[in-house]
Amino acid sequence: MPLRLPSALTPPGTVTEGSGPEAEDTERSALLNAVDRFGDFWVLGVFVIMVLVFGLLSPSHDLFTRASWLNISQYAVEFLLLAVGQTFVIITGGIDLSDGAVLGFTGMVSGVVMQDLLSAHANSMLTTVVGFATAIFLGAGIGFVNGFLITRLRLPPFIVTLGSLTAIGAGATPLINGGNEVVNIPSQIGTIGETLIANWVYVPVLVAGVSCVVMGLVLHRTRFGLRTYAIGSNSVGARRAGISVDNHLVWVYTISGLLAGVAGMMVMANFTDASPLSGQNDELNAIAAVVIGGASLFGGRGHMLGTVVGTFIIALLVTGLVLVGVSGSWQEVATGVIVIAAVAGDQVRLRLAER
Amino acid sequence: MSLTTDGVVPESAAASTATPVIAVRGITKHFGSVQALRGVDLDVHQGEVVGLIGDNGAGKSTLVNILSGALQPNAGTILLDGKPVTLSSSLEARNLGIETVYQDLSLAPDLTVWENVFLGREQTVKGPLRLFGWLDRRAMILGAKADLDRTHVRIGSVKALAGRLSGGQRQAIAVGRAVAWGSRVLLMDEPTAALGVEQQETVGQLVRSVSSQGVPVLLITHNLPQVHKLADRVAVLFHGHVVADLRCSEVTVDDMVSWITGAALGAQPHAG
Repeated sequence: MPLRLPSALTPPGTVTEGSGPEAEDTERSALLNAVDRFGDFWVLGVFVIMVLVFGLLSPSHDLFTRASWLNISQYAVEFLLLAVGQTFVIITGGIDLSDGAVLGFTGMVSGVVMQDLLSAHANSMLTTVVGFATAIFLGAGIGFVNGFLITRLRLPPFIVTLGSLTAIGAGATPLINGGNEVVNIPSQIGTIGETLIANWVYVPVLVAGVSCVVMGLVLHRTRFGLRTYAIGSNSVGARRAGISVDNHLVWVYTISGLLAGVAGMMVMANFTDASPLSGQNDELNAIAAVVIGGASLFGGRGHMLGTVVGTFIIALLVTGLVLVGVSGSWQEVATGVIVIAAVAGDQVRLRLAER
Repeated sequence: MSLTTDGVVPESAAASTATPVIAVRGITKHFGSVQALRGVDLDVHQGEVVGLIGDNGAGKSTLVNILSGALQPNAGTILLDGKPVTLSSSLEARNLGIETVYQDLSLAPDLTVWENVFLGREQTVKGPLRLFGWLDRRAMILGAKADLDRTHVRIGSVKALAGRLSGGQRQAIAVGRAVAWGSRVLLMDEPTAALGVEQQETVGQLVRSVSSQGVPVLLITHNLPQVHKLADRVAVLFHGHVVADLRCSEVTVDDMVSWITGAALGAQPHAG
């Protein structure tokens, strides 16, 4: 899908040629192409400007240090993993409000399972493996249920995942372990969180990075990815083309839940405990990252590289504002403003396309 | 006038004795107490363009939905090359070679032209990556170009987004992909409803190029002047019956109108 790719966000060599309808290029479509390109460029532009502004404003240019990169990348891990799944969901025209709650829930359940295994004197390595499997399968299972309810009962994704968010995040998670943090987990979990690769990349950052690359290839290079776009762009047409839309959607929500489970383990690795507070409001940041990255909430549009840039914009806002001495609350304000700007940009594009 | 593959122009009598590509016999369909179709008979032969006309509520949409597999008839049979077939879904109809170009065209505006052409029947690469459904983009881009070249409509780049093209070009994509899949018969539902004059001309070219490749076209439309110009025959639906089967060369647009409104029925009670 070369035309959908912003050249600025594309790995070198993937865009080989050109630019849309050739001879029939009217003024209107030239304008649209310009808007498309601008819409793709501005994300990266905003990111670069933010890096420069925060870097220059921060005392002794702290942003341009290895420590600051480690800090930001570690912070970005959980949003990145959630945003990857959210990218698929939003491209189908849906939304997953439950992924932050799933992150917290899977972490707590996995933590309790590991705690019980350890107190039964189970092997610590084996316990770690069981802990990961628990979080991943549980996350996938919740995602599957979300997808099942959305497709089989024909319920709006917003309602189903809002219900999951409430039932799991506000209801089930605080019941686990009496609402207390689980600290008795295998030491291997903490080791994962603090191990640096080549002095620059924490293991959870690597896990998130590999997830982005693998799922990016799935989205942009496979039949599954193409059908994800097709469903978001015209679900009736996709069904007529022989695509089993319902099954596809169940898979998409399952992937989102699975990645939330992975994120639950990575957060646990970063903090060396399982906390019932983990993941709260993360879904909003994940959705914001995807929308900032150029995805349309109406479905059919979006890009994995855009999501990555969107996630780092949010991560940079948090750390950057702290570095320049602005209260953390302003980060929320700034995120909100950027999300509204991104959705407004999408609306302008739609209106131009309809003219 | 129907043109057989060996170039012989048969008399109308000869055409009607050959096995029709698609034939419907005694199709009835009711929705609750509303009788939409009351025993429809219709034949479409090789290379023919047949118009299906009728007023709103005459049963056109119902018949099209039955032929495209979206609805199942209460009674009657559908024969494809003389063999009875059951069309229980639109996918099944397509697999049998009955392709429909829907009024809304069924295109995904956010996908490129080639992605739309191959949607649902994507080609994957050979080798281990095939297991992951890795797309053979090069093959599909070339394939889409070849398919669309046969429609003789300028699309520009097959890498353009479908939503950025004109109505006529989008129609060409929808027709091009329908014909590309080796269809036996092409249904076109109101192909010119949303188009300007110039683009209607494009659709006319599309219809002629499809039928000249031997694929019969069933054209469902309100646009009588156009169907008069494009079709070999028109079947007129009135209150759920085919009341007339007219050769376009032998009737005027006004004749068609009088059949559609039922005026001709009063004048010729035994016709049809």
